[in-house]
Amino acid sequence: MKDSMKDYPLKLEGDNIPMVRFQNVTKRYGDLVVLDHLDLDVQEAEMVTIIGPSGSGKTTVLRMLMALEKINDGVIYVEGQPMTHMVKDGTLTMADNKYLRQQRMNIGMCFQHFNLFPHMTALENCIEAPVQVLGLSKKDAIARAEDLLDMVGMLEKAHEHPSRLSGGQQQRVAIARSLAMRPKIMLFDEVTSALDPEVIGEVTQVIRKLVSKHNLTMLMVTHQMGFAREISDRVCFFYDGKIEEQGSPDELFGDPKSERTQQFLSAVLEAN
Amino acid sequence: MFDWRWEFVLDILPRLVKATGNTVLAALLGYGIAMVLGLVFALAQRTPFPLLNRAVRECVEFIRSTPLVLQIFFVFYVGPQFGVMLSPWTAGMIAIGLHYASYLSEVYRAGIDSVPRGQWEAATALSLNPVRTYSRIIIPQAIPTAFAGMGNYLVGIFKDTPMLSVIGVAELMHTANAIGSEHYRFLEPYTLVGLIFLLISLPTAAALRKTEAKIRRKLGLRSL
Amino acid sequence: MTYVEFLKVYGPQLLEGSATTGMQTLLAAALAIIIAVTAGLMRLSKNRFVYGAATVYIEIFRGTSLLVQLYWIFFVLPLFGLTLEKFTAGYLAVGMNLGAYGAELVRGGILSVPKGQWEAATALSMSPAKRMVRIIFPQAFLNMLPPWGNLLIELLKGTALVALISVADLMFVARKINGSTYMSAQAFGSALLIYYVMSRAVVTPFMRWLELVMARKLGRA
Ligand SMILES: Nc1ncnc2c1ncn2[C@@H]1O[C@H](COP(=O)(O)OP(=O)(O)O)[C@@H](O)[C@H]1O
Ligand SMILES: [Mg+2]
Repeated sequence: MKDSMKDYPLKLEGDNIPMVRFQNVTKRYGDLVVLDHLDLDVQEAEMVTIIGPSGSGKTTVLRMLMALEKINDGVIYVEGQPMTHMVKDGTLTMADNKYLRQQRMNIGMCFQHFNLFPHMTALENCIEAPVQVLGLSKKDAIARAEDLLDMVGMLEKAHEHPSRLSGGQQQRVAIARSLAMRPKIMLFDEVTSALDPEVIGEVTQVIRKLVSKHNLTMLMVTHQMGFAREISDRVCFFYDGKIEEQGSPDELFGDPKSERTQQFLSAVLEAN
Repeated sequence: MFDWRWEFVLDILPRLVKATGNTVLAALLGYGIAMVLGLVFALAQRTPFPLLNRAVRECVEFIRSTPLVLQIFFVFYVGPQFGVMLSPWTAGMIAIGLHYASYLSEVYRAGIDSVPRGQWEAATALSLNPVRTYSRIIIPQAIPTAFAGMGNYLVGIFKDTPMLSVIGVAELMHTANAIGSEHYRFLEPYTLVGLIFLLISLPTAAALRKTEAKIRRKLGLRSL
Repeated sequence: MTYVEFLKVYGPQLLEGSATTGMQTLLAAALAIIIAVTAGLMRLSKNRFVYGAATVYIEIFRGTSLLVQLYWIFFVLPLFGLTLEKFTAGYLAVGMNLGAYGAELVRGGILSVPKGQWEAATALSMSPAKRMVRIIFPQAFLNMLPPWGNLLIELLKGTALVALISVADLMFVARKINGSTYMSAQAFGSALLIYYVMSRAVVTPFMRWLELVMARKLGRA
């Protein structure tokens, strides 16, 4: 593995550097290959949606980018700089924790189960990292958090603990919490899957707002095909740790080429 | 058959009450040591060095599975063998502090383990460093789980202080023994010691249970 | 004197003491189990008197120290005309004390069996006793085995206190050797090691094995 690192540039150069590049990324759990030599570029301000059957590696893509899992092979670049690796003595070596913490500041992530800190109020959740990590004054952090809570429609509940909020409300706070770090990239992992049907809309509405008003680069895993079609610049269909097919929403949903994509889409449509 | 003498009780009560102060002091001092050392033991099992983790784990197991009274003797007598004299109080506090530190480290460990993985990941995703992740996110959530165990061991250490009498710490049991052998009467001193323990440990346990519920409410966690 | 020489001279005494500790542990454990099951079931009774009696017992034994209880049983009970041999007083005190803690484990274990199991047994017209013995208790037993492992180690450690009423157990022997040789590290150190081996090489593996056997029996392994 050491030798093959020579195949990867120390940083991406030239015009049109993608915001995110997965280059030849492989992830294994024991013998199970979850991501299989994945290549994927995401351009700045692009909204890329990942769909695919359960277990196909969608979550893993996001977790690898957030460096919540160790990479087995390949390199992930963010803004042209290696994310999973760092340059040491002119070669790429595994990133250490300090470097990863630095790099992660560019990325925000929202989880299926929100993962709000239960012992903190909505507002406290949103100011924790800005104060502790970015070094913002408490006053500035609160101002920023209140703006964001207002944006997601949760300002009224700013002083409630998560246990007193509905799932949809918790997820909106979680989105505000991520945005408070002013990330350039946002990751959404099935943020509506744990929600009751009637509150899904309040969360998708927030994401819609983000797409129209902000210049964020976004990667979203979802099972809501209608929403994906409406909002994405590009859709990737994952199968077995690989991108089976990708294209614009109209191409992928309107005229899927691969048989597996067709099967998946018709199965999902039937279920709805 | 009942030869209970109230005058004798009144006679010895002041001495026992005074000794109760020492008992409570010993319990609190020992517990303070145990709380700090216990955290050291717990965190030392979560370092990135497997060998260190393993060594600390074995030490904790050893201390936990051997009798406290024997450890008290060990600490008190082994020092002088190598030219280090320890007063009964010092030896007693070291022994009981270490013993309960090993218990508390397990309580802390269970508390930390009870925090869901998503909380670690959310902290990581927000770039919080390990110190902040522990101090602001993980430990505050571990406390409600750990609190019940910590409370049990606070009452536990209090009830174990009579063992300090074996090396001459002048706590309740030691005083009761002294009274007993001075007056050749054991009924009253031993019974009173038992009553004093009940009078302190039962309300303390009840108060701890109440506090636990309060903490959970305060942290916005659901009650168990 | 090297440690090997020390062991040659004092090893047999230490082993003899260990045997006494083993006996005390076994007898105290048997007593603790009987008390725990009885008091634990009584704590589940709807009869206020039965429930109250068990509660008083448990609170008294958990609210005071084992050492106090031991001294009380050995030095005070004779005043009530009940003189016990020191060996008997030893395991009696330890067993009664740990039995009170065990009672709460039994109660918790039984309450941990899902309500549906009680209802299913009732629906099959089982008598309350049958239901408890055949359906509830076996499941509760498996649930409470892990905490019982810890309790038995506490019990083993608790028996060290019987040395203070001169039962010639391991602790007693260690003190005796210390008193006559001043080789404190060797005497107390050896005893600590033996207690450790008894806990980790006897009690813990035995409990693990029992858990495995029970789990298999109940089809959960
Ligand atoms: N920590 C892990 N250990 C072992 N296998 C895992 C782990 N995490 C995920 N997997 C496996 O990796 C595969 C892909 O998982 P995931 O990315 O979560 O799929 P998706 O999000 O598409 O449903 C699945 O087969 C899953 O069982
Ligand atoms: Mg997933």
